Amino acid sequence: MKIKAPAKAGTMESNDIYIMIQPNDEDGIIIELESIVMKQFGKQIKQVILETLESMEIKNIHVVAKDRGALDYTIRARVETAVKRAM
Amino acid sequence: MERLRRTMLFMPGNNPSMLQSAGILGADSIILDLEDAVSITEKDAARVLVRNAIKDVDFYDTEVVARINPLSSGFGLKDAEEIGRVKPDALMVTKATEEDVSTVCEILTKVEIEEGFEAGSIKIFPLIETAYGLENIHSIIKASPRVIGILLGAEDLTADLGIKRTREGEEIFYARSKVAAACRAHKIDAIDTPFADMNDCKGFAKDIHTSKSLGMTGKAAINPRQVDTIHEIFAPSEEEIDYAQRVIRAMEEAQKEGKGVFSLDGKMVDAPIIARAENVMKKAKLAGLIK
Amino acid sequence: MKNILRREIPESIQGYGTVRPFKGAFASLGEIEKKSVMLKSTVPGEKKVLASIQEAIRKCNIKDGMTISFHHHLRNGDYVLNMVLEEIAKVGVKDIKVAASSIFPIHAPLVRHMKDGTVTGIYANYMSGPVAEAISKGELKNPAIMHTHGGRARAIESGDISIDIAFIAAPTCDTYGNINGVDGEAACGSLGYAVPDAVYAAKTVAITDNLVVYPACPIEITQEHIDYVVQVESIGDPKGIVSGTTQITKDPVGLKIAKMTSTVIETSGLLKNGFSFQTGAGGTSLAVAAYVKELMEKKDIKGSFAAGGITGYMVEMFEVGLFESLFDVQCFDLKAVESYRDNKKHQGMSASMYGNPHNKGAVVNNLDVMILGATEIDTDFNVNVTTGSSGMIMGGSGGHSDTAAGSKLAIVVTQLVKGRLPIVVDAVTTVTTPGETIDVLVTERGIAINPKRQDLIEKLKATNLPIMTIKALKEIAEGMTGVPEKIDLDDEVVAVVEYRDGTVIDVVKKIRD
Repeated sequence: MKIKAPAKAGTMESNDIYIMIQPNDEDGIIIELESIVMKQFGKQIKQVILETLESMEIKNIHVVAKDRGALDYTIRARVETAVKRAM
Repeated sequence: MERLRRTMLFMPGNNPSMLQSAGILGADSIILDLEDAVSITEKDAARVLVRNAIKDVDFYDTEVVARINPLSSGFGLKDAEEIGRVKPDALMVTKATEEDVSTVCEILTKVEIEEGFEAGSIKIFPLIETAYGLENIHSIIKASPRVIGILLGAEDLTADLGIKRTREGEEIFYARSKVAAACRAHKIDAIDTPFADMNDCKGFAKDIHTSKSLGMTGKAAINPRQVDTIHEIFAPSEEEIDYAQRVIRAMEEAQKEGKGVFSLDGKMVDAPIIARAENVMKKAKLAGLIK
Repeated sequence: MKNILRREIPESIQGYGTVRPFKGAFASLGEIEKKSVMLKSTVPGEKKVLASIQEAIRKCNIKDGMTISFHHHLRNGDYVLNMVLEEIAKVGVKDIKVAASSIFPIHAPLVRHMKDGTVTGIYANYMSGPVAEAISKGELKNPAIMHTHGGRARAIESGDISIDIAFIAAPTCDTYGNINGVDGEAACGSLGYAVPDAVYAAKTVAITDNLVVYPACPIEITQEHIDYVVQVESIGDPKGIVSGTTQITKDPVGLKIAKMTSTVIETSGLLKNGFSFQTGAGGTSLAVAAYVKELMEKKDIKGSFAAGGITGYMVEMFEVGLFESLFDVQCFDLKAVESYRDNKKHQGMSASMYGNPHNKGAVVNNLDVMILGATEIDTDFNVNVTTGSSGMIMGGSGGHSDTAAGSKLAIVVTQLVKGRLPIVVDAVTTVTTPGETIDVLVTERGIAINPKRQDLIEKLKATNLPIMTIKALKEIAEGMTGVPEKIDLDDEVVAVVEYRDGTVIDVVKKIRD
């Protein structure tokens, strides 16, 4: 699957995550993450973003994520919404 | 499982903080709202978030209802289909008509078959908030066997009737009575419209007493702080429980002695009084007031 | 070596010395001796008022390596610490140790003095903001020493901290050094934390922006302890000193925790005539007070006292007769300041009277119920309020350990998960308060009781409350958040956490970038 346009989803409220995505033709999946729990959960958050993209068969994308302590179900929801909006 | 439905608490569907804590706020039911609480540009995001929350968040014993958008809006059908797949306890259908209820019912039947859920396990809660809905409440309830209760929405209803909504609520006396009677007739729950002013504690308590006295079985809440008060008022009072216990005891003694008819406090106790007492005891048990 | 809480602590720490490991909350009580004070007597006719802070510093003979002290009653509005250090830096002395009862974001200029070697040591009961961050990053030469409120009083009285010069911010002061905290632009109420400094420092300088004619009654800190008085334009920003009104939380989760906590208190059997109570100024703690108030009114209970930092809410409970008296070491808002000024049964207390374990009995010993917060709590009930879970210093005991040890029922109230961080963990980042002094943990998803309180477990079983083990709570939390990664910290010790008796309960390691 390929995304066509830049898109955003989520908010900067606590327990949410703000996702911005952009098409990226050949570099694979690039994730830039900022998080208030970077040290404790940074790897896990990136992993969840990656898995969500893979489940939607996205191979090339540039993701900027600003996390305010979102749980996994929220991260998955916001990534999915952003991707659907970019289709 | 038989459950109490004294309170149905509205939770905005696009707010992760609220969704995560929805199950611990003490309400009997929570309504995860995709309609009025979500702006038109975030309908898609809220649908996905609520779907994931129903799948992953622990709501403990709380009944989980999702309020979907009007079917005419272009969002409602998608809401029903997508939320149905994670098996909420019920979907709430806004501005319900017979046609809406049967459409949602058909979607759920399809989803239940495709997902391997028990047939008819996802219920429907129509929201009566139009003059048409109010006057056709019986056929709306009968439109699907999934219907387990009605929520009366007084704001939209009074707007549709072209009348003013007041704090005292005399203008919705008829609507409350009609919904309560119709629901009792079909043996489903009748949930009253929420009270809007969080600062008017006295008015709030009075409003709950009114809806209880007209036969409503529960009340919607728009703030978690409303839950305790609604539970207190809808719970059987100490005197009611005490009297019910005495009725049951007297009945048991009469049965032992082989008496068909018996009296308590000088009054004859007949079948309706016994039924009422048993109902009070059942409610008290469900509310944890007696063991 | 490991102390009895299995915390790994060096036997000796550079810049601190030999470590006396924590051996239990009540292991060190017994006979103690207070230090003597070397002072210079003031003769008749001598004047105490000096022209400037600079003159006071010179008269006190400031030298390299001295320890100077400050109180924190002006909190995040305090100008005095910054003004004094600015003048000290001008003199060019080095290696100064700052004993400030607490440090706030307003004290950011202290970071500069740390970097250039003017200040090489810090003692504090609580610290937040740039100074705390700089210490966490290893920018202070010697490890900071973190006390409890009672422990600081003990350390000063015992000579563990020997204060050379105490600078006392004085909202009102007369020309002969009598101080009160209830009048003046910077009125802050009780001056309880400044008392040990005034009594035990070799030299004491009062710094005031409200110099009045002798005597400044009602006097809180008396003239026989004060060497000099300096008038300045302003000692602090009233907006940072006292908050307007502290509000009860509207957060439904906080309210649920508070409601359950009030049921725990009711079931404990302590809520009866003569009840004594302390709670912090946080929204959830205040909500507990509100529910306790409801219960006291419903059951017609007349309490003995409420203690601690006093908020307007406690004043209201006192004014309607729910408590006979208030014990006040620090006022949190204007309402508390006014009540402290106007009501004789709103009694002040010094830091030592409040929480010092090595005296003839502190007020905390008479507390029935104490409501506490936590940044983290482990499955042995040890509490961290010193560092965030990333290892950064962002608080400190204050009165946490003192009240937990003294009260009959110490309850920690907290959300189980805050912004994806599980609050109940296997091992806290830093131990501030030992688990043996914590009785109950109340979260929105369950209540855990310390197994040593079988009596409470029995009583609470009879209620509808969700009682479970603390391990079960930890699992619920981690089920929501996932298991956090272990924080990678440097080996260098940047702060030593002393328990109230002066033993080392834990150390704080330098954070890596």
